[in-house]
Amino acid sequence: MHRPARLLVALLSAAVLLATSACSPEQPAAENRTLKIVYQKTDSFTALDTLFKDAKKDFEAANQGTTVELQPIEANDDDYGTKLALALRSAETAPDVLYEDTFKVRSDVDAGYLLKLDSYLEKWDDWKTYNEAVKAAGTGDDGSIYAVPLGTDTRGIWYNKKVLQKAGIAVPWQPRTWDEILDAARKMKAADPSVVPFNMYAGKASGEGTVMQSFYELLYGTDSELYDQQEKKWVVGSQGFTDSLAFLKTLYDEKLAVTPAEALDANVWKKVFGEWLPQGKMGAVVEGSYSPSFWQKGGSYEWAGYAEDMGVAKFPTQRGQEPGGVSMSGGWTLAVGADSKNPDQAFQFLATALNKKNSLAFTVASSQIAVRSDVAAEPDYLAANPFVKDVSKLVSVTHYRPATADYPRISAAVQVATEAVITGTLSPQEAAEQYDKTIRDQVGDAKVLQK
Amino acid sequence: MSARKSVRQQLRLLPVVPSVLLLLFFLAAPVLWSFHASFTNAALTGRNARNPAWTGVDNYARLLTDSAFPASVVLTVVFVVASAILGQNLLGLLIAGLMTRARKPVSAVVGTAVVAAWVLPEIVAAFAAYAYFSKDGTLNQLLAGAGWAGADWLYAFPMVAVVLANIWRGTAFSMLVYRAALADVPQDIAEAALMDGASGGQRLVFITLPLIRSSIATNLMLVTLQTLAVFTLIWVMTTGGPSNASTTLPVLAYQEAFKFGDIGYGTAIASVLIVLGLVFGIAYVRLLKGDNR
Repeated sequence: MHRPARLLVALLSAAVLLATSACSPEQPAAENRTLKIVYQKTDSFTALDTLFKDAKKDFEAANQGTTVELQPIEANDDDYGTKLALALRSAETAPDVLYEDTFKVRSDVDAGYLLKLDSYLEKWDDWKTYNEAVKAAGTGDDGSIYAVPLGTDTRGIWYNKKVLQKAGIAVPWQPRTWDEILDAARKMKAADPSVVPFNMYAGKASGEGTVMQSFYELLYGTDSELYDQQEKKWVVGSQGFTDSLAFLKTLYDEKLAVTPAEALDANVWKKVFGEWLPQGKMGAVVEGSYSPSFWQKGGSYEWAGYAEDMGVAKFPTQRGQEPGGVSMSGGWTLAVGADSKNPDQAFQFLATALNKKNSLAFTVASSQIAVRSDVAAEPDYLAANPFVKDVSKLVSVTHYRPATADYPRISAAVQVATEAVITGTLSPQEAAEQYDKTIRDQVGDAKVLQK
Repeated sequence: MSARKSVRQQLRLLPVVPSVLLLLFFLAAPVLWSFHASFTNAALTGRNARNPAWTGVDNYARLLTDSAFPASVVLTVVFVVASAILGQNLLGLLIAGLMTRARKPVSAVVGTAVVAAWVLPEIVAAFAAYAYFSKDGTLNQLLAGAGWAGADWLYAFPMVAVVLANIWRGTAFSMLVYRAALADVPQDIAEAALMDGASGGQRLVFITLPLIRSSIATNLMLVTLQTLAVFTLIWVMTTGGPSNASTTLPVLAYQEAFKFGDIGYGTAIASVLIVLGLVFGIAYVRLLKGDNR
């Protein structure tokens, strides 16, 4: 290296060092505090935006000098999670209050992103109204509470009565075994070859929808499970896993579900809610308790006749074994960022957003299942849509995802397995073996249980 | 060298300091950070999110056992060779060659049509390509009009679709490079060859191509590096599917880093991508070197 060049490099390194050390953050002034609220908003999901706008008004009126800064992220669930995680990585960009999917709570607690709320909740009277089972959704591995549920959901079979009746199937319909589903679907196909009789999502494009609204309803209705809670290990090599894949294969091979190409389109659910069910081109689909929110007045796919035409059934277990049905529950929570400079204020805001008035409005607007006993007893809630009672009953047979930090990888591996089966790339047996291998690679043999 | 002279020489370097600083800060630093991250278990969430540990070559060892990785390397090479080296490069040369002979209005119309795809923002071009190839898209409607049954191209032939889309999008660049290069080929040499009775093909192989050789190498280098980094186009058209059938390295790296939150593993894949770019780059530099005879 020439002398001048060497000097230049030295100069540059010094400058870079100076530049980086000069970037230390400024402390906010105490008198005008700002709370940063990060949440999800999409063109078909604005209930939360409304909730926070109302809460901001109430809160700022009651707390002079504090500004609430709403930062909606416009993205689908997957991308929202990614953007939120990126914001949480550094204390500078971390929000004070955040909207958090229940299945990310544990891993974000592990990461040290969320504030422990126990001491705040003790002093918060409303906490007593929360359903005990649902409180678990916001609990970390240490048993402390880190997030407060906004609502919960269940999943069942949503069927179009007219399509079933055309095929000579009596409504209300309640299949008791997997075979009864196939029988009914074949009848519908025979009566009208142009309809999609019974759709269940599959493939990576539908993401968490593929597991929550399809595969787990099957797997949790067999004698096998995804995760052994006692051993804290992931189950591989189970018969139930292969059976569940085989059921999906039958559904797709016999053209009882949408075509594989349609299933691999990330927007397939929009067609289900917006076109196929309302137009009587689909017999049934496994979907969530929030379905009416798309069809009711002001929803993305308004459909006046949904209350008349649609019905809800429990998803049956494989051979009708106990408890006779399967549902999956997820739901979202609000949490306080661990790096919040004003944690007390942040929790105050969370409490304002989740008070009875705001909770009720949000629960009704987004067709959630109430998690507060006082909201659940409200006539407005019970009359929100004709199916509130049906979907609330499913809570008795519901399961929650094993929300460990490595869960997203497991979920992705399941999605890959379903995709391989419906596209005919692998047989159910091969896809299950590939899943087992993937799981072993991803989480290590120590966390795997051969059944 | 006298002292004064060396000071003056150093002062001459002053004007480049800001740009070198910017380069270091915005280019070299992130690249180095990413390379460093590939030796750790950095993650978006979970225990290693804020305090990643050094794991040595674990991520690279995992690459070797990951079934998705070799397929992804092959797809990346196929994508680059088919859409950049063969597609964009040859088509660009062909169009440029034809344009030098075509009448003004014809070459203006063709040039505009080709450049139009290139000036679109990538996301817009990607959605246009998606709308063209999708099941109810333009292509199938055209085929149906001609009485042929179309196919679900993005599902049945995802790689073909993204390769064609990338050729459509990027050919303009090669065309512009070759137009400039062909315009610099001295007319008298071509005329002399014509006098000596060389055929068109011979003139191309023995006169034109050797004369524009450095442009070819430069162009290959640029389109290769651009194509290696293509992400938006594939993400919008196929999301890397079905069943990873169009998952090139950038798509795989994105999925690992942002879908599964495994930053360490994602950056390891990105490092492989950089190495792949270097391999191509070195090959082209060799090609250029032959010029300095």
